[in-house]
This record gives sequence, C-alpha cells and structure tokens, in this order.
Amino acid sequence: MTLAKYLRGAVAALAALLIAKLDPALAQEAAAEAAKPTIDSGDTAWMLTSTALVLMMTVPGLALFYGGMVRKKNVLSIIMQCFATTCIVTVAWMVIGYSWAFTDGGGMQSYLGGMSQFMLKGMTIDSTNALAATIPESVFMTFQMTFAIITPALIVGAFADRMKFSALVLFITLWVLIVYAPIAHWVWGGGFLGGAGVLDFAGGTVVHINAGIAGLVTAVYLGKRAGYGTENMAPHNLVYSLAGAALLWVGWFGFNAGSAVAAGGRAGMAMAVTQIATATAALAWMFAEWLVHRKPSVLGIISGAVAGLVAITPASGFVGPAGALWIGAAAGVGCFFAATTVKRAIGYDDSLDVFGVHGVGGIIGAILTGVFAVEAIGGAKGALEGNVGQIWTQIEGIAATVIWSGLATFVILVVVNILTGVRVSQPVEIEGLDINLHGEVVP
Amino acid sequence: MKLVMAIIKPFKLDEVRQALTELGLQGMTVTEVKGYGRQKGHTEIYRGAEYAVNFLPKIKIEVVVPTKMVDKAVEAIVAAAKTGQIGDGKIFVVPVEQTVRIRTGETNESAL
Repeated sequence: MTLAKYLRGAVAALAALLIAKLDPALAQEAAAEAAKPTIDSGDTAWMLTSTALVLMMTVPGLALFYGGMVRKKNVLSIIMQCFATTCIVTVAWMVIGYSWAFTDGGGMQSYLGGMSQFMLKGMTIDSTNALAATIPESVFMTFQMTFAIITPALIVGAFADRMKFSALVLFITLWVLIVYAPIAHWVWGGGFLGGAGVLDFAGGTVVHINAGIAGLVTAVYLGKRAGYGTENMAPHNLVYSLAGAALLWVGWFGFNAGSAVAAGGRAGMAMAVTQIATATAALAWMFAEWLVHRKPSVLGIISGAVAGLVAITPASGFVGPAGALWIGAAAGVGCFFAATTVKRAIGYDDSLDVFGVHGVGGIIGAILTGVFAVEAIGGAKGALEGNVGQIWTQIEGIAATVIWSGLATFVILVVVNILTGVRVSQPVEIEGLDINLHGEVVP
Repeated sequence: MKLVMAIIKPFKLDEVRQALTELGLQGMTVTEVKGYGRQKGHTEIYRGAEYAVNFLPKIKIEVVVPTKMVDKAVEAIVAAAKTGQIGDGKIFVVPVEQTVRIRTGETNESAL
C-alpha cells in the first residue's frame, strides 16, 4: 500500500521532469500534481468511521456509564455535563484548540503549536496535515476533536454531584485549551515528549493520565460530597452503566485502531490487542473482587473493562497479543485496588473513580508499553527486546503530564472559583443538582 | 367489615392474589413499600464501599372483607405468603366503619 503510494509519487515526479524538457507549462502542472498529497480512500473511509465511533464514546457512552453510577437526583446533571462538554470542546477546538495542538509552533514548537490555523484557516477539501498525509485534514481535525472532547468529559466523574454548572462551562473551556491542547502537542504534534521517544499510540498519557490527574485535583479541591462515608451513595441504575461501558468498548476500536490513521495491519493489530486487554482486565477485576468482597459484581466487571481499555490505549499499535494479556491483567487488578482499598486509605472523594481507573490505568499502560513494545509491530523496542531505557522514557512522559495537568488544573480551578464559585451550596447538593441547576427531574 | 392489611415478600404477590380470589373476594389494592422488621436490612458493596440498606422492598396488600370472612382471608394469605424464612411479613386487621361504591352509591357489605 505505502510502496504503491511512493511509486505513484515517484512516477509523477519523473513524468514532470521529462515533460519539463518538452513543455514548461505542462511541467508546472505535473509538478503540482506530484506535490499534491495522495488521499487514500480506504484510510479516509476508516477514519470517518473511527471519528464517529470516538464521538459515540462520550455521547452516549460515557454519559450512560456515569449516569447510571450517580444517585437518581443527579443523573441529569452528569449527562448534561457530558453533552455540554461535547459542544463546548467542539467550538473551542474549532477556534484555536486544533491549531495549538497540531500546527507548527515555530520557536515554541517543543511546547505548543502555532496560531496559523486559528478558526481552522487553511483547512480546505484538498488540505492534509503532515501527521496524517493520506486522509483529508477535515477528517484528521474532527478525529482529534473527538479525543479532545472525551478527555475533559472523563474528568466530570471526579466532581460528580457537587459542581456548579456555570463553573463547569468555564472549567472545561479553559482546561481543553490550557491543559489538553499543549499535552496533545507535546506527544503527537511534534513537541518534546514525542521527540524524546515517548510511546503513546492512542492517548494513554495525553487522554487518560491527563484526565485522571485533573480528576484527582478537582475532587480534592472541591472536597468530599455531603454525607460521604455515612449516606448511601449507591449507583441508581447499573443497567445504564453497563450499556455505557459497552458503548465505550465498541467506540474504543475507533479510538485505538483509528489512531493508526490508516486502514492497515497496524490498525488491525491495535483492534485485536484492545479486545484482548479489555476482556482480560474485566475478568481480573471480577476475580479480584470475588476474592476480596465475596461477590463478582456488574459494576466490578464493567469497571475492569474500562481499566483494560485505558491501559491498552498507549500500547495498542506497539504491543502484540501476549503483551495485551499482561497489560489487561495488571490493569484489572491494579485499578481494582486503586479504586477500592487505596482510595479509602487516602480518603479523597473521587466520586466515580476517574483517578483510580483512568489515572492509574493510564500509568500502568504507559509503563508496560515500554516493557512490551515489539519492534516488528510499531517500530519501537520495549524492555523485553532489550531496550530497558524505554521504561524511563515512558516515565518521563508520565511525569511531564502529571506535573502540567496537576498544576494547570489547580490554577484553572482557583480562577473559576473566583469568577463563579465551583461548588453548589449544601441545600442544593442535598436536594439534588437536577432540580436545582437544570429544573428537571427523572421521576 | 374489616380491613386486612398484609405486608408480604414481593414475589409472593401473585400467589396471595390467587388465594384471595379463590375465596370469592373481588378486588384489592396493592402498593410497593419499603420497611423492615426482624429481618433488618442487607449490605450492598460498590467498588469497595459498603452500604447498609435498612429498608427492604415489600408489597402491601389492602383488602376490605365482610367480618365473617376475616379468618379465612387471613389464613389464605398466611398459607400463600409463607416461606418459613425471616422477612415473610405481617398481617394487620382493623375495623372499617363504612364503605361506599362511588359508581352506584351502594353502601357497606353490598359495596364490597
């Protein structure tokens, strides 16, 4: 496939040279033809599909997953937060987010993209981004937009049941531009982490560690929910959560296999390892819970599946099936203990375990990518192939993300708190956000 | 006339309804309720967080019967609703002063 593309380009260039001897005007036309990027219809078709799949992860996938886990008095507030985040990020990404993440930043290139595509200037039906030369830029931009949407949407699980909606609107807008866009640029847009050789195929660092840390900071900053530890905060409908988790799972094929930005062997392998790691992690969580708490629960098996999806995200496209199995097992058990034992021991109230699942799962996945990467699959060797240094490179990526996400999220929260206040009043929280913030209830 | 009020396990509702119908009783009112007696509640665990659920779901049946039918009705409910396990429920019998069928204006036993 790729060879054919090169050949086509080479033939066109050769033809241009030959024609130049004969007719200068024709030569110019042929040279333009040679320089014009080759859009591959197979790649484009797959990326159009992937984009739709990733959007489906947030609405309705994540909205249902989270919606089922909160109490009934707050279910509308959390699905509203997911839906509104989708809309806010779309506009922010169109205005400047895409440009900051995926264009050349000149002197600042290591840290941030430029302003050249402000308001998507220069995006035409013929344009491409050098990072994905075989698909139209419009598709690449929208595909990346769906990643920018789900990342802040993941965070809302951490502060569920207690954040003001006005604060959420401000927080999401600032966060996606100040935290997400730069980190996406560091890893994928030509920034310093990608340059250092950090392996993150589909966003274990950019999306999941980032959202996990931001979730932890927000949960601690807002404080515990009223009645935490004494009142019954059981999920109100785990059937919704299971439907949501299943939509996340299916959508994740667009997330991981789509991150190949091509319809080829690497996308296929990414899909296979995603499936394997997810199922393994679901079983690992289920068995761990069965041993510790005596019963295998629905919430447990679906939480394990999401933990596996998270952990395989950076590794898909780099590891093989055996690596996926180990990554899934580690994520299932690791996230189970993070979201149950460790959370209780430390005593923070991350309502829906954004840190325990996405933060911890993302870190497990990022490190194990450095262990299990196979050169024949992704062109990068992991520790098992003798490249032990890759683990340190992965840790460098984790550290940079944790520091920036943690600090910037904190500063954004302080600013938002000054502007609107971040937390609802206690009577509002006790009566429920749905009726007080949105004027609606689920009977 | 007496009001027979029975709190039973939800899955026993159909057997109790059948037993009362066989006695010739027409109609009853059923409500989904929550409560506890000696059974107390149970414990639910979500991601390691344990919640004691004190109020368990039960069904409350209300049926007004002629006084001479009370004992048979109570026996029928006990027979149908009994599992022998803790949490089978309770029956209360209270006197009723008056009954009116709204459609026809009939009163008392002829309105049952």
